[in-house]
Amino acid sequence: MTIRTVVNGRPVTEPIPVRWTLAEFVRDRLGLTGTKLSCGMQVCGVCTVLVDGRPVSACSYLAVDVDGCEVTTIEGLADAGSLHPIQAAFVDHFALQCGFCTPGFIMMAKSLLDENPRPTRKDVVDYLDGNICRCTGYQPIIDAIVDASERMTP
Amino acid sequence: MTRSAGRSVPRSDARAKVTGEAKYAVDASRPEMLHATIVRSDRAHALIKDIDTAEAAAIPGVSAVITSDDLDGLFPRFGHIVADHPILAIDRVRYYGEPVAMVLAASRHTAADAARLVRVSYEGLPEVMSIAAALEEGAPLLHEERYDHGDESFGEAMSDDWSPSNIAHEVCLEWGDVDAAFTDATEIVETTTHYPMLYAYAMEPYNALATFDEGALEVITTAQHPYQVREDLARIFDLPLAAVRVTSPFLGGGYGSKSYTKVEPLAAVGAWFSRRPVKLALDVEEAIYTTRADSATVTVKSAFGADGMLTARDFQLDLDSGAYADNGPLVLAKAVHRCFGPYRIPNLRVRGRSFYTNTTPASSYRGFGAPQGNLAGELNMDQAAERLGIDPGEIRRRNLLLPGEEVLPGARPLDADLPADLEMVLESLDSSRPRGPLHGIGFGASASDAGAFPVSTATIKVHADGSVTLLTGSTEMGQGSQTALAQIAATELGVPLGSVRVLQSDTAITPYERTTGASRTTTLTGLAIQRACADALEKMMAMVSESREVPVEDVKTSDGVISIPGGGDLTFAEAVQDWFGSRAGEVTGVGIVRKADSTAMLPPFWEIGMVGVEVSVDAETGYVTVDHLATVGDVGYAINPALVEGQDLGAATQGLGAALFEQLIYDGPQPLNPNVVDYRVPRSRDVPRTIDTMLAERRDGVGPYGAKGSGEGALNPIGGAVAAAVGRAIGRWPDRLPLTPEYVWRLMHMETEAE
Repeated sequence: MTIRTVVNGRPVTEPIPVRWTLAEFVRDRLGLTGTKLSCGMQVCGVCTVLVDGRPVSACSYLAVDVDGCEVTTIEGLADAGSLHPIQAAFVDHFALQCGFCTPGFIMMAKSLLDENPRPTRKDVVDYLDGNICRCTGYQPIIDAIVDASERMTP
Repeated sequence: MTRSAGRSVPRSDARAKVTGEAKYAVDASRPEMLHATIVRSDRAHALIKDIDTAEAAAIPGVSAVITSDDLDGLFPRFGHIVADHPILAIDRVRYYGEPVAMVLAASRHTAADAARLVRVSYEGLPEVMSIAAALEEGAPLLHEERYDHGDESFGEAMSDDWSPSNIAHEVCLEWGDVDAAFTDATEIVETTTHYPMLYAYAMEPYNALATFDEGALEVITTAQHPYQVREDLARIFDLPLAAVRVTSPFLGGGYGSKSYTKVEPLAAVGAWFSRRPVKLALDVEEAIYTTRADSATVTVKSAFGADGMLTARDFQLDLDSGAYADNGPLVLAKAVHRCFGPYRIPNLRVRGRSFYTNTTPASSYRGFGAPQGNLAGELNMDQAAERLGIDPGEIRRRNLLLPGEEVLPGARPLDADLPADLEMVLESLDSSRPRGPLHGIGFGASASDAGAFPVSTATIKVHADGSVTLLTGSTEMGQGSQTALAQIAATELGVPLGSVRVLQSDTAITPYERTTGASRTTTLTGLAIQRACADALEKMMAMVSESREVPVEDVKTSDGVISIPGGGDLTFAEAVQDWFGSRAGEVTGVGIVRKADSTAMLPPFWEIGMVGVEVSVDAETGYVTVDHLATVGDVGYAINPALVEGQDLGAATQGLGAALFEQLIYDGPQPLNPNVVDYRVPRSRDVPRTIDTMLAERRDGVGPYGAKGSGEGALNPIGGAVAAAVGRAIGRWPDRLPLTPEYVWRLMHMETEAE
């Protein structure tokens, strides 16, 4: 079927196989390969994107379900070449190593800060429970998100 | 200008990784590319009677269904030490999940749909699912033929007298008179531990894209060691190394699990068969069926004098290595070297065996044999301290090797100050403070013969505008080599960090690097880069001498400038352009590291682990919380301190995963938990309350500015430290990992035999 959606602010009308996941749609059709895939069962958070501002696991979310919705992927965060404050904080805090989980964490952090601009450290930890990072030991990621919230709402 | 080395400059790959621009192997595609899906064995041990591919091949969109019968003319196996691993199963399967056939189709979905229609008929064979089963009299044999051996330089674990057996490899180490020392001992302490079967869970599962083009093979893959993969591929297709190009872009995690050849032969066979590019991307379950880490049962008996000094240690290590060799022989050899120290042991015996079982092949994983043996060795020290009435810190103080002492006969003397590192950990833990009930501290040490066999080369190109390209075959897998190696080059050349660009891991373009493993990169690749920079500088000085007609000995360089008598300073750009006579040309510097000069003696360095934890145990559930984690990065010199601390925290966190949660469980012939729901890795809520990552920089390494490697050390003693801390908290010593709530609760409530 054909879906009409807005991806990172750009209107998109595409015919797609109905069995496609949102991850296949953004990666294979739109070439937005920043969204990664790992566990394939909604527990690692690597594939997190926002649909109408809400975080979803693109590995298991059907592409047809974004018909009429707005989708934001990691590629939609930086504004005209300047990093989003969450992205900048991740750079400054060494909050990534291999980087494979990073887009998912950043999208999840954006969702958190949209909901709750000044989360406590515990709020951050709890909100990230569905995202796995195998490299960093999480602490730098938590530091980065706390710092980003301070940068965004001084 | 500020020197680049020694500063926590931001990662050069960070921007690409936070914007989604960073390209990984799984992001690669080619026009006309086919997608491969693997048909896997649903038996652990069986003869293949028939493979019916007709129904699958008839599905529209399917290009081919390939079995081992289609590999005529190819060398059908791979393996860098023992070439025992069939690309596709030949007549027989040896573990659940082994590749049996491969479907190629225009789309992933079509390939996956068709794969379900391939009918494989098996005749079951008795299974060997454990070390105990492998040792049984009359146990079925997994391998009855002797295979070709790969690279002889891996051969330390190979022996000439061979007869079929489920003992895959044996490595022994002995010095002194162990039996006499035990006879004379004041106290003998024996400890047996079990280390779990682990899955590294690099978040990007194995994948590869292969293309045959004009007789040459190109593979973009998730390999840590593209040059090692190239060897296997060249042998399979009987191609010269020059006709095999293996490229490793950013890796989505490695931790050793992407060492050596995994899925590349499958993708390459697909491309060879179909004459089209072929992409094979595994999911996590398939990745678990590809490689895991060895589980181990280790028994150690230690003899002590009344003064708490070790007089002898006797280790028996049994590793469950799965169905094929992969890197298992080397893991065993390293486990043997890494289990007993880092202590002064006058009499030592270590007997190590690895076993073939009908399980996923085991191979490298961060620490590489060290954590398995260290758990037993360090818990044994804690139990000895208790028995002898000596403080556990003090018993280590007395026995730890001192700088310059021998660890292994003929090997590099210890290039680290372990007693000083220990004091840092004890201070961080405030170790003399009394702990309340269900609270405990634990700590431990390890020394690994790291760095692997030293073969590294690097190329520096200084371009006509003075900018610099650094070419290295070392792979960026998250450890930050792209950043740290550029810092070394910028420091050596005296140029700003921003003018150095790094290109990594493309066997057709970058210079040879044996592996990206064993924590070697900063030390060995770093040395090669220093030498490449020196070569480039020397060439530029010679060029200036010629173009400006001054004796070469009068030409000097510092801070990115070449100076000649009379005050004429030339930039690198001017030096290059002057000599070539136009705005053109470039200067190439080459650096080589081999088993010679400062790296003639192995290991290139000892990688130190020195860690401590404080834990609390929930009285009702047995749940273990880590309240404090202390690590010492004894790295000689931190080229980028933030990267080193990141390695240490990351390694320690993986160690905490193995200590508290992680284990692959076989229920009969099949893994019970081949996914990340049931295989639980650490999550954000598991972060220790206090984290103290300390650095010890004594410039005692052989690498640039006295550097040594890091990345594995902080993992190796974590298991033993946590086990000791839990043991002290609950008053009973654990004998296995992971310390799940159920296991800890049972330990707390177990009636001891004496009671």
